[in-house]
Amino acid sequence: MFYIYCPYCEEHREEEEFHVVGQAHIDRPLDPDSLSDAEWAKYLYMRKNTRGLYQEQWLHAIGCRKFFNMTRDTVTYEIKETYKVGEQPTVV
Amino acid sequence: MQKYSGFGLLKHALSHHENWQRVWRNPVPKKKYDVIIVGGGGHGLASAYYLAKRYGVTNVAVLEKGYLGGGNTARNTTIVRSNYLWDEAAHLYEHAMKLWEGLSQDLNYNVMFSQRGVLNLGHTLQDMRDIQRRVSANRLNGIDGEVLDTQQVQELVPIMDCSANTRYPILGASWQPRAGVARHDAVAWGYARAADALGVDLIQQCEVDDIIIEDGTAIGVSTKQYGAIYGNRVACVVAGHSGVLAKMAGFELPLESHPLQALVSEPIKPILDTVVMSNHVHGYISQSDKGDLVIGAGIDGYNGYGQRGSYMTTEHTIQAIVELFPIFSRVRMNRQWGGIVDTCPDACPIISKTPVDNLFFNCGWGTGGFKAIPGSGDVFAASLAKGEMHPLAEPFSMFRFNDGALIDEHGAAGVAH
Repeated sequence: MFYIYCPYCEEHREEEEFHVVGQAHIDRPLDPDSLSDAEWAKYLYMRKNTRGLYQEQWLHAIGCRKFFNMTRDTVTYEIKETYKVGEQPTVV
Repeated sequence: MQKYSGFGLLKHALSHHENWQRVWRNPVPKKKYDVIIVGGGGHGLASAYYLAKRYGVTNVAVLEKGYLGGGNTARNTTIVRSNYLWDEAAHLYEHAMKLWEGLSQDLNYNVMFSQRGVLNLGHTLQDMRDIQRRVSANRLNGIDGEVLDTQQVQELVPIMDCSANTRYPILGASWQPRAGVARHDAVAWGYARAADALGVDLIQQCEVDDIIIEDGTAIGVSTKQYGAIYGNRVACVVAGHSGVLAKMAGFELPLESHPLQALVSEPIKPILDTVVMSNHVHGYISQSDKGDLVIGAGIDGYNGYGQRGSYMTTEHTIQAIVELFPIFSRVRMNRQWGGIVDTCPDACPIISKTPVDNLFFNCGWGTGGFKAIPGSGDVFAASLAKGEMHPLAEPFSMFRFNDGALIDEHGAAGVAH
């Protein structure tokens, strides 16, 4: 069970309040019409699936309902940091 | 290979069972093979076996970083069924089902395949419509299936609470009589023994740390223990760690690795003689020959490689099981574990060529790989032998994510993913 610090609520809450969304920092294509099929596939489906430090997006689903990002180790499951959308991770 | 039989058992009893031949050799790898298979789980071992047995390629090595069958093959809930909705998936899993039916004889190893039937419960009107549709599709594909009403479900599983007083009353189920369970470890061991007997080198404790690529063509792998091993074709069958190997080869896969949990109870007397799965309340359960209840949970939503799951997921699953089987509310759980499953966006596997020539991947089986082991091994072996994908494997190319021809089994296969 994770004990997660929501950067908006500024409180630790239990995992059940949250919903994981997936890999963070995926940029939406600026010019979608110019993308090739492979580039679309990369944006939609291809994921880093890192073994180790991973940046992922979470939703405080039954709290403030806001999206935020988390740096987490996918082997030890240790949460290194959480930060607001638009900010950059400090642990990479 | 020493043939196993009842007579052999009697003969060895006379010498106090001290002279059994080792089940497989422990060879030192050669410098070069026709095919190198990375990953010694069920799918990798089955691929090696069928390469040697059916397609005449015996100069094969299986490289395993741990021990044979120590990953998801040893961590699943052993359910075998083929009642998939879409033609592509149904054909592949039914191909596996047909091989399961003769597997113990074929391998001369008892995989304890028990066709005790699988029930997929429906709890809502929409569930029942989906079940109708799936069973009809199955029958058109030559796969056995029936739609049962509540009364028929109750007759099959008298201990289940089929009353109208539950939170999600059971309205009916799909029933595949040919489905069942098998002994997971025996599948890995049986394939390993039979492959070894045909000359396949099974190399355990051999971790691949790079894929050797020259001019866009894979020519071998670099290993921690034995240095470079060369091969005409390199096949990666490493489930949860596929992404790590793909990264070595310089491309990404549309996979995410999640922990998937299962748990077993203390052994109890025979009480459940079929497999019950519920998509809606999400839990599935069967009873092993040893007597323990084998319970499968859903995946944890987040990515993880830790081979353990969260308590939250365990709790949700147990809630569902107790709702269906109030009689099990005081059964004590014995062990709980997690496997790392590589899930695809469309919940279907990838059996495919890759952007690198002579490098093949068989991965993305997600939460349902065990049942497919014989079929996956056979079509992958055929593809590796020819260098061209087997017709049953073709729809499962990794490039389907570029052209959009996904096989949308997500939630349609009778179990939530």
